[in-house]
Amino acid sequence: MVKKWKSDKAVDICNYVILSVILVICVFPLLYVISVSLTPITEVHKNGGFLVIPRAITLDAYKTIIDQRMLPRAMGITAYITILGTVINIVATVIMAYPLSKRKLAGRRFLIPFIIFPMLFSGGTIPTYLLIKNLNMIGTYWALMIPGAVYTYNLLVVKAFFENLPEELFESARIDGANEFYVLWKIVVPLSKPVIMTMVLFYAVGHWETYFDSIMYLPDQNMQTLQVVLRRMLTPNTEMNADITIPTMTLQMAMVVFTTLPIIVIYPFIQKYFTKGIMLGAVKG
Amino acid sequence: MEKKGRQRIRHIMKWNWQYYVMLLPFLIYYLVFKYGPMYGVLIAFKDYNIPKGILGSPWAEPVWKHFEYFFESPYAARIIGNTLKISFYKIAFGMIPPIILAIMINECKNKWFRKAIQTASYLPHFLSWVIIYGIMTAFFSQTSGLINRWLTQWGLSSYPFLTDPTHFQAMIVGTDLWKGLGWSAIIYLAAIAGIDTTLYEAAIIDGCSKLKRIWYITLPLLKGTFILQLILRAGSIMNAGFDQIYVIASDQVLGVAEILDTWVFKEGIQRMNYSLASAVGLLKSVIGLVLVLGTNKLARKWDEGLW
Repeated sequence: MVKKWKSDKAVDICNYVILSVILVICVFPLLYVISVSLTPITEVHKNGGFLVIPRAITLDAYKTIIDQRMLPRAMGITAYITILGTVINIVATVIMAYPLSKRKLAGRRFLIPFIIFPMLFSGGTIPTYLLIKNLNMIGTYWALMIPGAVYTYNLLVVKAFFENLPEELFESARIDGANEFYVLWKIVVPLSKPVIMTMVLFYAVGHWETYFDSIMYLPDQNMQTLQVVLRRMLTPNTEMNADITIPTMTLQMAMVVFTTLPIIVIYPFIQKYFTKGIMLGAVKG
Repeated sequence: MEKKGRQRIRHIMKWNWQYYVMLLPFLIYYLVFKYGPMYGVLIAFKDYNIPKGILGSPWAEPVWKHFEYFFESPYAARIIGNTLKISFYKIAFGMIPPIILAIMINECKNKWFRKAIQTASYLPHFLSWVIIYGIMTAFFSQTSGLINRWLTQWGLSSYPFLTDPTHFQAMIVGTDLWKGLGWSAIIYLAAIAGIDTTLYEAAIIDGCSKLKRIWYITLPLLKGTFILQLILRAGSIMNAGFDQIYVIASDQVLGVAEILDTWVFKEGIQRMNYSLASAVGLLKSVIGLVLVLGTNKLARKWDEGLW
């Protein structure tokens, strides 16, 4: 009856082979960068360059990064922006999404287009910059947290999630006299963990990788965020090349690894949430 | 009857005032930070000078002066061309691979391997362009990059991948594909997961091989998702990717790398020609708006409207 096709087996094998190649293409660059960051100068001289797997390893490059303190300092600044900024993002997005998710909200017909329109049309970079300037936010970290407090796409995803929560869940709390803030905090938020965790991930990664806002709003080099400092150090002939016992490339790759580490560490814990969150966004978008 | 109506209004207001208390600060926020710059875009039609402010600055003579200046400049055609070309290549080469990857992941029945490929292929999405630039130097640097080391070992001469204009756009498109491949596949995985499994069961009973099932069931059912993605991408064709290009492009490749966003940034923030840069930014926004609305209308024809 059900015939097992011979070709199916061949297809399966091909599938595994190609997927394995893709796996290597995705992971190998990262492994190679780590390997370069651990290579001592003696190895480079002996082999005339970097090997994929070095025969000896050293942590000297990482020691230099920590001693020079420039990158750890930028990392501290960026961690501060990421944590505070993400808290602002989440609080704002959740509090705004909740009333908008209510079908009985008066004026909803006008509010939704009001919120969506800036997604389609923006004043552009320069008028935004001048606005921030007129608000005296240039040179402050607020410029990196307040203007982007709510990302409309994320707002719509959270709103769609809230819309799917059955209203009956809240009724008993309301009969007991709870106000809407209480309902949001005690009932809606705990039920929305997957979508909120996804948003934490999106916003936090956005802050961690902030580049454009940073070069635009922070004229003081000493205030710069991690990515901007790292980019400066990746240019040939940077100020960090003073130590000749460490190859430039080793030092640079150690900086790359150092900067990526927090994301690599957090990523597996949040991964289980975001596939769920994205699929929701994909269906509702 | 009337009493009942009034009661209903009172009932509605009872909850609505709380919603409005929640919303109000954010409506003000939207007004200031999202609509504020739309008012500020007036300076595109003025000769903006800082002490006089937006309203006080004199109107440009004629009002479209800055637009005219841009279009008459020798670089306008090149910058617009680069923007469209890079966006077009990104769509042409970046749209199909995620579908193939999603189908392959779906066909992979080994749970452990499936998890591994998903974890690995989503990861590049979370790396910043500065990090990716760092990785690129490890591979493509002319003096110590891995690829050039291999090339010289095989007796070939080394090649300046990062500073050579002829292949720069290919590098941009390639790295964009590497970063986004797995992430873009998620949406297709979701679509595949939504396909009715009885279709496959019936096909198996009818004696369809795996490839036939993919060709005749999976692919046709992914068409809607694909068209929606294509339209979304087409709508943002004026954005070729500021961060990526600003981070990766060196001065040697600016001829093929300068896009509208990077030019606006340099002209406005660095050279402080606020009015000229705003005019170009406005042009970009207007074309973007027309494209989004136009493509959305197209999408509705396929019954896949966005809003």
